[in-house]
Amino acid sequence: MNWLIKGARVIDPSRNLDAHEDIAIADGKIVKVARRLTPAGKKGATVLELPGLVIFPGLIDMHTHLREPGYEYKETIATGSEAAAAGGFTAVACMPNTNPVNDNRSVTEFILRKAGEKNLVHVYPVAAITMNSQGKSLAEFWDLKEAGARALSDDGRPVMDSAIMRRALEYAYSLGLPVISHCEDLSLSAGGAMHEGLAATELGLPGIPGAAEEVMVSRDILLAEYTRTAVHIAHVSTAGSVRLIRDAKARGVRVTAETAPHYFTLTDGFLYGYDVNAKVNPPLRGEEDIAAIREGLRDGTIDAIASDHAPHAVTDKEVEFEYAASGMIGLETSLALSLALVADGILSLSELADKMSTRPAAILGVPGGTLAPGAPADLTVIDLQRPWTVNRDELRSRSRNTPFLGRQFTGKAVLTMKGGVVTYSDIPGSDF
Amino acid sequence: MSTREIKKVPTLRGKTIVNLFYEASTRTRTSFEIAGKRLSADTINISAATSSVVKGETLIDTARNLEAMNPDVIVIRHSAAGAPHLLAGLVKQSVINAGDGAHEHPTQALLDMMTIRAKKGRLEGLQIAIIGDIAHSRVARSNIYGLKRMGARVTVAGPATMMPRDIEQLGVEAHSSMEEALVGADVVMMLRIQIERQHQNIFPSLREYAQHFCLNRKNIARAQPDVLVMHPGPINRGVEIAPDIADGPFSVILDQVTNGVAVRMALLYLLTGGNA
Repeated sequence: MNWLIKGARVIDPSRNLDAHEDIAIADGKIVKVARRLTPAGKKGATVLELPGLVIFPGLIDMHTHLREPGYEYKETIATGSEAAAAGGFTAVACMPNTNPVNDNRSVTEFILRKAGEKNLVHVYPVAAITMNSQGKSLAEFWDLKEAGARALSDDGRPVMDSAIMRRALEYAYSLGLPVISHCEDLSLSAGGAMHEGLAATELGLPGIPGAAEEVMVSRDILLAEYTRTAVHIAHVSTAGSVRLIRDAKARGVRVTAETAPHYFTLTDGFLYGYDVNAKVNPPLRGEEDIAAIREGLRDGTIDAIASDHAPHAVTDKEVEFEYAASGMIGLETSLALSLALVADGILSLSELADKMSTRPAAILGVPGGTLAPGAPADLTVIDLQRPWTVNRDELRSRSRNTPFLGRQFTGKAVLTMKGGVVTYSDIPGSDF
Repeated sequence: MSTREIKKVPTLRGKTIVNLFYEASTRTRTSFEIAGKRLSADTINISAATSSVVKGETLIDTARNLEAMNPDVIVIRHSAAGAPHLLAGLVKQSVINAGDGAHEHPTQALLDMMTIRAKKGRLEGLQIAIIGDIAHSRVARSNIYGLKRMGARVTVAGPATMMPRDIEQLGVEAHSSMEEALVGADVVMMLRIQIERQHQNIFPSLREYAQHFCLNRKNIARAQPDVLVMHPGPINRGVEIAPDIADGPFSVILDQVTNGVAVRMALLYLLTGGNA
């Protein structure tokens, strides 16, 4: 289908573009972005008038858990794709902690096949660094890459052995595969249920110190620096990590970093009342951590915002806090929570588009993140004024584990387009 | 009433109290049971070892099943902090927290405060030293909240490994030496050292702990001459408290146990519709 999108404010960080321009789309690709385009071409184009709306390059969530294969009762690639499209995403990277673990070609191929059947978002499999994520022997990176894996990670089961991490960074770098590191010293976090601070002291819950993250951020920065490779730090949650990454970048280390919306939105104080839906790993931190993460986003230390969408069923969550699984869903709330950074004056809209689309594309080395002519017609239309409420019955994800149920937001994705095909639409009166 | 010949009144006849204990307890469970029985309530004890907990039933399902049997009060002891909070949100019955993880043990604090007030005539202005593993102690937390509310000054002491993060923000003074915390204390509360915690390396050995954190004849001299010595039990004689101190003239450890029954009777009475 061919389109002519008119009247919207087009933001494309890849070309420093922020202007009211029209976008012509044909055969799934962006053909032209310019003022006052007119329908042309043999087949003609459907005209979309979108005055007052904003267009970003399609959002890319570089950190999700789609749970399939193995945990289909929490989420499937199909339901996760629907949630992603509804949240404005045209692409997601999915972590390898499935069952079986994505440590071999057959699992990677399975994920891609399932994603292709649904065909709502690009799904970029992230493969495991070590076999069965046990931290002992490297997975077959080369084979995984050929099968379609776009990155490697130890998410959820961090590589504790520094020598293995060193070899992983070297081998992956030579293949051009980014390594996404879940930084957690398991001996320091052992038994912990929430951030170690006043709230944990009052709630009587075992704490996870910020140092459990920072020790490993330090290690991975040092290893990347020494081996002249690169590392991407997942879900940064502490002020100390932000400082370490900032210092490393300043001296030229190839380190990139992401944070998740809950780390710049909620503190550990939110846990008074033992809300299991706010139990995440790394845990919600203190006020000073939130302030540092916001500053890190503002000054560019933190490159990307990723949801760490972690669906869990009621049976995993509705138990005593210490026994509850960690994680919250985020695909459908990530954009709204991040738009608050624009409202708060921390990021411009263009900087937000960069952190949710252009930079993730660059870090992962995948298409997208741009509205340049010739690029795939992946884009997200945002209504900055639209009020909406997180309604448990309207969530597309198979799981409901979010502390934001019932929360009112302003601003959401109202249309998502992938390869020129509308994958989600919430524009009143429209029918795609 | 506990000193009468016939220790029973009919006040709670026809009421049912379930003691749901997910963690071993002798003193607290017995205390609740006696409290209920002296008020003529029917008391049922469920311990995790004999219930369907071993078959893998969740707390939520256990709670719903208990609720369906319509008791009046559920008393819960659980190793996980917040479990009573979870239970209270699920059932319509009154829930009493009989100790949850390292969170709170409110009836212990009530009986401790009752004991202090009975002996001292007041709580306001008193200096209370709580000594031992503060980080893992629900007794310490509940006493800090209660005593501060009643106007007492609270100091805590223990090795740094036993001090929870940001404890000072609860309005207490924290010391790493027992001697400092004892100076001028009107009341000393010793906490039980849990021997199994040695494996977490929060102290090197009982021997070393006892050398520096055992209340004895010598260091107690730093406290007020009329100091009260308390302990929530069970005591490790010779570890956190010297035998002659536990049994000595300053000790009110057994008064605490006696008052525990009274406090729990009062609580059961109030929660089942009695008027204060």
